[in-house]
Amino acid sequence: MDFQNNGPETANEEPLFVPSEDVREHLVVVGNGMAGCRAVEELLARDKDRYRVTIFGAEPYVNYNRIMLSPVLAGEKSFDDIVINSREWYSDNDIELIAGDPVTAIDRAAKTVTSHSGRTVGYDKLLIATGSDPFIIPVPGKDLPGVISFRDMKDVDTMLEAAGKGGDAVVIGGGLLGLEAAHGLTLRGMKVTVIHLMDTLMERQLDEAAGWLLKSALEGRGQTILTGANTEAIYGDGRVEGVRLKDGREIPASLVVMAVGIRPSTALAREAGLEVNRGIKVDDHMVTSDPDVLAVGECVEHDGNVYGLVAPLWDMCRSLADGLTDQHTGYKGSVTSTKLKVAGLDVFSAGDFSGGEGCEDIVLRDASRGVYKRVIVKDDRIVGAVLYGDTVDGGWYFDLLRKGEDVADIRDLLIFGQAFASGGGALDPKAAVAALSDDAEICGCNGVSKGQVVACISAGNGSLDAVRATCKASASCGSCTGLVENLLAVVLGDDVKSGPKTMCKCTSFTHDDVRREIVAQNMRSIPEVMQLLHWSTPDGCSSCRPALNYYLLCALPGEYQDDQQSRFVNERMHANIQKDGTYSVVPRMWGGLTNPTELRAIADVVEKYNAPMVKVTGGQRLDIFGIRKEDLPAVWADLNAAGMVSGHAYGKSLRTVKTCVGSEWCRFGTQDSTGLGVKIERMTWGSWMPHKFKIAASGCPRNCAEATIKDFGVVCVDSGYELHVGGNGGIHVRATDLLCKVSTEQEALDYCAAFIQLYREEARYLERTAPWIERVGVEYVKGRIVEDETGREALRARFLYSQSFSQDDPWAERAAGANAELHQPLEPRMPFGVIAAE
Amino acid sequence: MTDWIDIGTLADIPQRGARTIRFGDGQIAGAKEIAVFRTGDDHVFALVNECPHKKGPLSQGIVHGHSVACPLHNWNIALKTGEAQGADEGCTPTIAVKQEGGRILIARPASLKAAA
Ligand SMILES: Cc1cc2nc3c(=O)[nH]c(=O)nc-3n(C[C@H](O)[C@H](O)[C@H](O)COP(=O)(O)OP(=O)(O)OC[C@H]3O[C@@H](n4cnc5c(N)ncnc54)[C@H](O)[C@@H]3O)c2cc1C
Ligand code: HEM
Ligand code: SF4
Ligand code: FES
Repeated sequence: MDFQNNGPETANEEPLFVPSEDVREHLVVVGNGMAGCRAVEELLARDKDRYRVTIFGAEPYVNYNRIMLSPVLAGEKSFDDIVINSREWYSDNDIELIAGDPVTAIDRAAKTVTSHSGRTVGYDKLLIATGSDPFIIPVPGKDLPGVISFRDMKDVDTMLEAAGKGGDAVVIGGGLLGLEAAHGLTLRGMKVTVIHLMDTLMERQLDEAAGWLLKSALEGRGQTILTGANTEAIYGDGRVEGVRLKDGREIPASLVVMAVGIRPSTALAREAGLEVNRGIKVDDHMVTSDPDVLAVGECVEHDGNVYGLVAPLWDMCRSLADGLTDQHTGYKGSVTSTKLKVAGLDVFSAGDFSGGEGCEDIVLRDASRGVYKRVIVKDDRIVGAVLYGDTVDGGWYFDLLRKGEDVADIRDLLIFGQAFASGGGALDPKAAVAALSDDAEICGCNGVSKGQVVACISAGNGSLDAVRATCKASASCGSCTGLVENLLAVVLGDDVKSGPKTMCKCTSFTHDDVRREIVAQNMRSIPEVMQLLHWSTPDGCSSCRPALNYYLLCALPGEYQDDQQSRFVNERMHANIQKDGTYSVVPRMWGGLTNPTELRAIADVVEKYNAPMVKVTGGQRLDIFGIRKEDLPAVWADLNAAGMVSGHAYGKSLRTVKTCVGSEWCRFGTQDSTGLGVKIERMTWGSWMPHKFKIAASGCPRNCAEATIKDFGVVCVDSGYELHVGGNGGIHVRATDLLCKVSTEQEALDYCAAFIQLYREEARYLERTAPWIERVGVEYVKGRIVEDETGREALRARFLYSQSFSQDDPWAERAAGANAELHQPLEPRMPFGVIAAE
Repeated sequence: MTDWIDIGTLADIPQRGARTIRFGDGQIAGAKEIAVFRTGDDHVFALVNECPHKKGPLSQGIVHGHSVACPLHNWNIALKTGEAQGADEGCTPTIAVKQEGGRILIARPASLKAAA
């Protein structure tokens, strides 16, 4: 890079311009950055000759565009390209630049500033524009060579030097700055890992959905992104060698860039006795607590706000210059918007996207184009916007937001963007669709025109589903569903037939659609499903999240990372919540068998934790009631010690296998139903299901274990085993259907595994076997399990494979300390915890 | 005058989850616990840990958007106002909360003041 023309200057060099006997008021500016110089420019534009100007700059350069350091790092620009004010500008305007010599003290009484090199200069007006200091997280190793921040040209030089040697880099902080650093370093050939404390990248600018898209895109570009990762230390012998996380992981790195945030640079002002809170306090004219001292830029706090973007600086500088030239206008604060400057990734956010009372989300997801748009409207006004993938309308939304325009009239078309919403004056969506020409394309995925959709509807396809099935419009990505529905309404008036029930209000897809697409598109996480299937809410609801979690778990055994927060409380706490908020605990007793050790352990737990009640359950287990959530891990530890594991009495999972005494003891018994029950329970425990699942095995047709009202029941007979499916007790009792009869115990086990897997893969979430079988028909189930031997084998194999990942005792993990925070209340810091009073 | 009590950091609460706080024997609006929620977009809200319906522990519900679904009978409670949504009616008291310098602070509930 070539700095020849523009610096560096050193403090010992002659100043660029030495003014002679100048009697004008002297304005001294501390900080040769974006705000300081812009303020001077604004001032000159208003009154070129009013002040004599001297600028001190800590950096040894002329004023450059700091936000363009990212493209410089990425190799898209050179330093020369980003210079804002060349040396000629300073000399042409009689400005004395003292670069590379920071001011170290202000004497307000004497009205002088003193610099590092010892130079003392008097002022009439002083302008502080010292910007921000990067925040350095106080971890061991933060001072090692090779650990830097990303703030100025010097940092970029360090990064370029490190990148020249190749190797690994770690960027701490997945915000705007960190991601731009990571992008640049990746382009420069380093292997980059981004460590981000929060779960969402750029969480201050993006919501979770957009953050997830961004993360996937960056990962696709070869970066490793670790979210929810907490840095414990930076290690290295004499120079950085890597970063260690709190969870013990170590990531090697020859360069560590800290980009976790900035702090207003206020030390100078504070020492000078000016009023400083988070930033240097200024009024609407950017005047500090001393009328002769002004401040502008990131170092100030105005009306309680501190800014970290350039747009507010421009507004501040205008008000400041107005004030200095006696035409007081006053700064009123700024609303900001952000864009990420990473080539090929369009990310925009503005305003408040946190939702809240009275806020309404309008979400548009277009999976095929990788687009996510969310506009937040409150009281008919836009209050925030998050755009990913298609940001052309960012400026338009931001404009409407800042002006506070009433968008009630264009509400329904808003999300489609300016061209659509302002086009043709047709503001009713139905009218807008009606106004489209016949060859206008409705469904981009399948290339279906409006004319074709209308013809299809007119031919008698009166519902969304019928249209999807016939002409394919809206049958793929679904983003044109709204248009098709409007067309149905236009053509048929009120005769539109409603389709099958959607999964919940967050989506227009049914359970079956969602399941099919998860498998077809190989989706791997809840945010991904929501994005690809155009969820209309940012993070779903209590109906769809548990369902999605189950569908993914079922589709990706061993790979899918269970989302605890998408589970109902019982499955999260591994116990049954009771109406008083305590829990009941049911340890597993295989096939209903127990022994003195287990009974003693249960008795001890009951006494030790004062459980008010113990009850024998309908499924032949003992239920201990009234355990507090804090005591759960200890209770489990005690039960584990006696060899017992979780009974899953709380889950959408295998509950119990109930048995009778069978041939071993009973005079009627035909087979060892107890032994079979134990084997079935050993095979099936721990499996997650669409709903709870109960099994029983009876030793003869007297059926003492009530196998014919279970999801899967075995009734032993002289010649073998009758297998029954689809029964349940409950409000609507349903007796089982006979599936088939098999002759060996092993077959009984194999058919059981295959049936469970079929149910797991095909039933809808929260659909028990009884309604499922009524829906699909027992003949269908027989076809899959009894008649199709290869299919049965495959189902069984898939079940056993999935079981190889699910038979870890969740109690043992919790008793060993996992997720301890779920059981413990937060500890407020009291009484010393009162850290602020107002 | 509001006293702010430091109860920890954002990382102490699972995203789309909640933790509870107890104040010794102190009574908070007639209840024993406060639930502090963290939403998917990292906002923090504090409510008395009792559902307006039948006192279900809201801290154990599924958090979605800025609402929580009660674990007992699935009422949806708005985290900001504590009000039941949809057809259900009822309201849980809220407690002011703010994030400052990476810490979460909640307003000392009025009835606790005397205790401090
Ligand atoms: C890599 C990067 C990318 C960015 N991208 C964007 C973006 O895309 N959009 C956006 O809006 N914003 C962006 N920003 C933020 C933007 O650059 C800042 O908001 C802006 O530069 C702030 O201007 P300022 O004048 O207040 O501070 P600065 O521009 O930092 O200027 C302060 C100057 O004062 C000097 N100084 C400090 N103390 C002293 C002293 N005692 N004596 C003399 N001089 C001193 C400093 O060395 C510095 O040169 C980015 C920032 C960085 C670092
Ligand atoms: C023809 C009718 C029946 C006969 C002859 C019969 C006989 C028996 C016998 C001999 C036993 C074993 C007792 C032992 O442990 O030694 C038994 C157990 C039992 N029977 Fe029956 N029974 C009949 C019907 C039923 C029915 C209809 C039910 C309930 C629906 C039932 C429920 C039970 C139960 C719960 C057990 C205990 C099983 C266990 O846990 O081991 N029985 N029965
Ligand atoms: S089902 Fe038959 S074998 Fe089992 S206990 Fe009852 S009578 Fe005996
Ligand atoms: S107690 Fe909360 S919904 Fe019933």
